[in-house]
Amino acid sequence: MKQLLNTLFVTTQGAYLSKKGDTVVVNVEHKPVLRVPVHNIGSIICFGNVMCSPFLMGLCGKQNVTLSFLTENGRFLARVHGPVNGNVLLRKEQFRRSDDLNASARIAQTMVTAKIANSRIVLLRHLRDSCSIEGVNIIRNAVENMMEHLQTLQDECSLDTVRGVEGMAANAYFDCFDHLMTANKDAFVFATRSRRPPLDNVNALLSFVYTLLVRDVESALESAGLDPAVGFLHRDRPGRPSLALDVMEELRAYLADRFVLSLINRQQVRPSGFTRTESGAVMMDDQTRKALLVAWQKRKQEEIMHPFLKEKISLGLLPHAQAMLLARYLRGELEGYPPFLWR
Amino acid sequence: MMVLVAYDVNTETKAGRGRLRHVAKLCENRGQRVQNSVFECLVDPAQWVELRQALVGVIAEDTDSLRFYFLGKNWKRRVEHVGAKPGYDPQGPMIV
Repeated sequence: MKQLLNTLFVTTQGAYLSKKGDTVVVNVEHKPVLRVPVHNIGSIICFGNVMCSPFLMGLCGKQNVTLSFLTENGRFLARVHGPVNGNVLLRKEQFRRSDDLNASARIAQTMVTAKIANSRIVLLRHLRDSCSIEGVNIIRNAVENMMEHLQTLQDECSLDTVRGVEGMAANAYFDCFDHLMTANKDAFVFATRSRRPPLDNVNALLSFVYTLLVRDVESALESAGLDPAVGFLHRDRPGRPSLALDVMEELRAYLADRFVLSLINRQQVRPSGFTRTESGAVMMDDQTRKALLVAWQKRKQEEIMHPFLKEKISLGLLPHAQAMLLARYLRGELEGYPPFLWR
Repeated sequence: MMVLVAYDVNTETKAGRGRLRHVAKLCENRGQRVQNSVFECLVDPAQWVELRQALVGVIAEDTDSLRFYFLGKNWKRRVEHVGAKPGYDPQGPMIV
């Protein structure tokens, strides 16, 4: 299995990244503060006003290091991309399947099944672990509701049905998401999922973590030779990484939602770390963002047994494992796509 | 795996000083300078073969010496730092 390479996050405003030999140098106020060999890095993520020398961009392209630029609040802006690599035949097969609605529906079905099953387990775990009486019935109802949706997906269904079921299950899940937070209840309230902009603290955290995850999935798909823009569940739209969003569905609950919940419940993020702007959008302060990134990097290094590969891998490699399995399925080496099912 | 590379290059001659700079540059490209002529390189076996070959090719074996310590995968248990210039952990969270 591939090694999990480190991610370099640059959050210092006004930092300048340059290349020296085969290393990445981070300069702050004309002084080098960090020099890392490029082969130790899998991706570089720059937040806000961070500049980058063209030679470093070239090096990243050559070494397959993903270099992404995000706004200070974590909204994705741009990515530097080296020459297209991977297998044309695989990519063409991916395009053919994506155009074929029935074939797409079959892949989308397994992905959505995994998504619902994984989010259901998040709820079940909460029922098992927390002893608070409040909300138990609502969560139980949602769990049962999701079970019904899972049963609908057992039979062959059209792409539209899959999408409908996905939406209904997501509603059921997010309807009781508020009850999953046990600490600082008055500051971390979740009413409904809101994006662009996130309207409360929980949504701000979720959106930020989803952005980080989708970048990881995108580069994983690319290194498996797939095109992250051509999806099965999500349709093509310019600038949207549809396939990355597809693969992310099954990882969302396990990697992102649970991560956000534990940040809140373990009180690793404080209500004081969030500010509301005039437009109602909620922003995190630098300290909170840094704490989140450190926790996220640590979480990516945790190891689990992959249920399908039966191999011990770090959580950060989960997107790679799924991308590789999807590529194998498209090549016809596997009978079906084995999504990530958490148990 | 983590490899600790320490070198001694004789700098009495001009060629020697050239070799010193060359060795330092090779190490800097692959690892972190932890002391003046001591580097910690986090490499996979293929990268190690490449680096070793390059280093061995540069030095003059009658005057200079190289020493490699293989700290393996669990290198974090085997390293302790005291004092100035603590350096960074290439596998830990890297946030600047």
